[in-house]
Amino acid sequence: MIVGDLSRREFGTRLAGDGLRLQFGPFNLCIRSNLDSFASLAHRLYTPYPLLDEETLSDFHVEIRSPRGLHRWFRRQACFGVDGQTPFAPYTVEHAFPALEWGINWCVATRSHHLLMLHSGTVERNGQAILFPASPGDGKSTLCTALAHSGWRLLSDEFGLVRPEDGMLLPLPRLIPLKNESIEVIRRFRPEATIGPSFLDTRKGTVAHVRPPLESIRRAQEPARPRWLIFPRWVAGAPFALEAMPKSQAFLMVASNAFNYDVLDETAFRLVSEIVRSCDCYSLVYSDLNEAIPALDELCNTMAG
Amino acid sequence: MAKAASERLRARRLLLDALKMPETLTALSLADWELLLRVARRARVLGRLESALDNAGLLGDIPPRAAAHLRAARNVIAHRKTLISWEVNRLFWALKEIDAPLILLKGTAYLLADLPPAQGRIFADVDLLVPEERIVEIEEKLVARGWFKTEIDPYDDRYYRVWMHEIPPLRHRERGTEIDIHHRLLPKTSHLASDPAPLFAAARPLADRQLRVLAPADMILHALVHLFLEGDPDEGLRLRDLLDVHDLLCHHGQEPGFWASLVPRARVLGFQRPLFYGLHHAQGLLGTPVPPDVLHDLEGEAPAWPIRKLMNRLIPLALLPGHPDHPSRQATLARWLIYVRAHWLRMPPGLLIRHLSHKAWLRFRGRRKRVDLAQLDLKQQ
Repeated sequence: MIVGDLSRREFGTRLAGDGLRLQFGPFNLCIRSNLDSFASLAHRLYTPYPLLDEETLSDFHVEIRSPRGLHRWFRRQACFGVDGQTPFAPYTVEHAFPALEWGINWCVATRSHHLLMLHSGTVERNGQAILFPASPGDGKSTLCTALAHSGWRLLSDEFGLVRPEDGMLLPLPRLIPLKNESIEVIRRFRPEATIGPSFLDTRKGTVAHVRPPLESIRRAQEPARPRWLIFPRWVAGAPFALEAMPKSQAFLMVASNAFNYDVLDETAFRLVSEIVRSCDCYSLVYSDLNEAIPALDELCNTMAG
Repeated sequence: MAKAASERLRARRLLLDALKMPETLTALSLADWELLLRVARRARVLGRLESALDNAGLLGDIPPRAAAHLRAARNVIAHRKTLISWEVNRLFWALKEIDAPLILLKGTAYLLADLPPAQGRIFADVDLLVPEERIVEIEEKLVARGWFKTEIDPYDDRYYRVWMHEIPPLRHRERGTEIDIHHRLLPKTSHLASDPAPLFAAARPLADRQLRVLAPADMILHALVHLFLEGDPDEGLRLRDLLDVHDLLCHHGQEPGFWASLVPRARVLGFQRPLFYGLHHAQGLLGTPVPPDVLHDLEGEAPAWPIRKLMNRLIPLALLPGHPDHPSRQATLARWLIYVRAHWLRMPPGLLIRHLSHKAWLRFRGRRKRVDLAQLDLKQQ
């Protein structure tokens, strides 16, 4: 069953009751909310995601709801909660959706130390994956969105989840939060992409969520092997440049763009060494997706062929 | 309401059974695992469950999804162990020229002395006990060697230095680990006597002779004082502190003469009441083996019966994390009352009123408590 099999009413009842149980790649979530506006949008954007039945173990129990107590009568707010705790200050009720989406990522980043979590976009084709390790603002979400709508499978726009047992990358194809100018860039590049409403003035500027193509969501349990490490940087007006990068430099850049490289100590060192050894490493500067995407396609075709 | 009450009982039973009989975890249903993981995370004992299952060779016999959560906790704990051991190594290096005894406290002590509570336990910061007259010298030396005083407002700084039993935390410029330097176990203003001299006299040296840990009885009494007097109104009493006490009692309880010395030592240090509550509830909740004559000996230290009845009700409520989806008002009230009691014992009434009104004023002015993201992330384990 997927979310789309539930009527809007049934969807809302689950959210407001014992919780809606959803699967996002390796993680099972139980989501609760008493906010109608949240339910409507979530029903629309989560449509293709698989539902879980009661007999599964949910990893994270999250909620986005109006504050308890007197507060709710004089300010319309939404609180993000996990396991009955509210770690962050309330959001305005209009930002409930991005707040929950961000909150789920926070849960993944702070709790999933059984995996090595690289801060990296990840896409796959023919069983081979590109990792795009980068800092926020370097355009990895935009690049991943464009590739995912150009024949590549999205693993994640944010997390390079490496399984320590075999070094495989686990998909986490969640909604992609595009920020500021990139929203318009993607609208122009792929008008058919499913994009949610724009949320103005969030803690990260304007945010709109793109739903990954169905294929990526359907194949969310299929891991992929890392094949390329490409360090992207979006620079306005810059000419396209894809240049080989020394592996020593690539190692440092991967290790310093990770959520928990330090936590996993020696295991992290071993995994990153193995990734760098088996991947071709490049730096990429781009300003135009119409240049960048064909070039990456070609890279993949020549190397794979 | 009936459902909420039975769910709360279920959460309590799952957690206590898991801690007391980890070997029974292999028979748990997925739904029970789900609740247990949430409750154990809140009590911050996931690592303890992992290490108990690992020792029993049972990690392969639990659902893989549950094992992943436990594995994550284990990885974080292993990392914290490395950080804390290295921080102690650097501290030792920085203070080598100062000829003062350095007593490691709590987690740091369990780790360096290789005591049972160190297994599967999370380590947040380094706690050190040093003679009060050497504290200025020690602080100056550390600052000269790369540590800095964390930024706090002048009120808090004065609060620490004039009234407390420790100075504001220090942090190294490059490493995030905090060092808390104590000169006694309780605030100077506390009702309970807390002369640190006997602690120094009885402390046991570690391999590096300048580094010491408290003597077994003192270590247990300190853990109990910390448990009952350093509360947090949101978290309540820390179950993991009581688990430390449980482990230490099981470990040292085997040594001849240990039990006979415990109550007299508590009397010397003035910690009879925390010992009374601690032994009583460790036995009640965790099944800690305590010889009957020790409990009998402590009967004289019990409070008047209405207080005793009330505390017997409040302490378990404040110790157990409750149910994440069915918070209980009673437990919230219990946590708050225990917190107020702890403050009452820490400061005389006049000072307490001054301190609490200052805090209330800050809240009224809209200054939220600073959220420390690193601490928040650490608490997810």
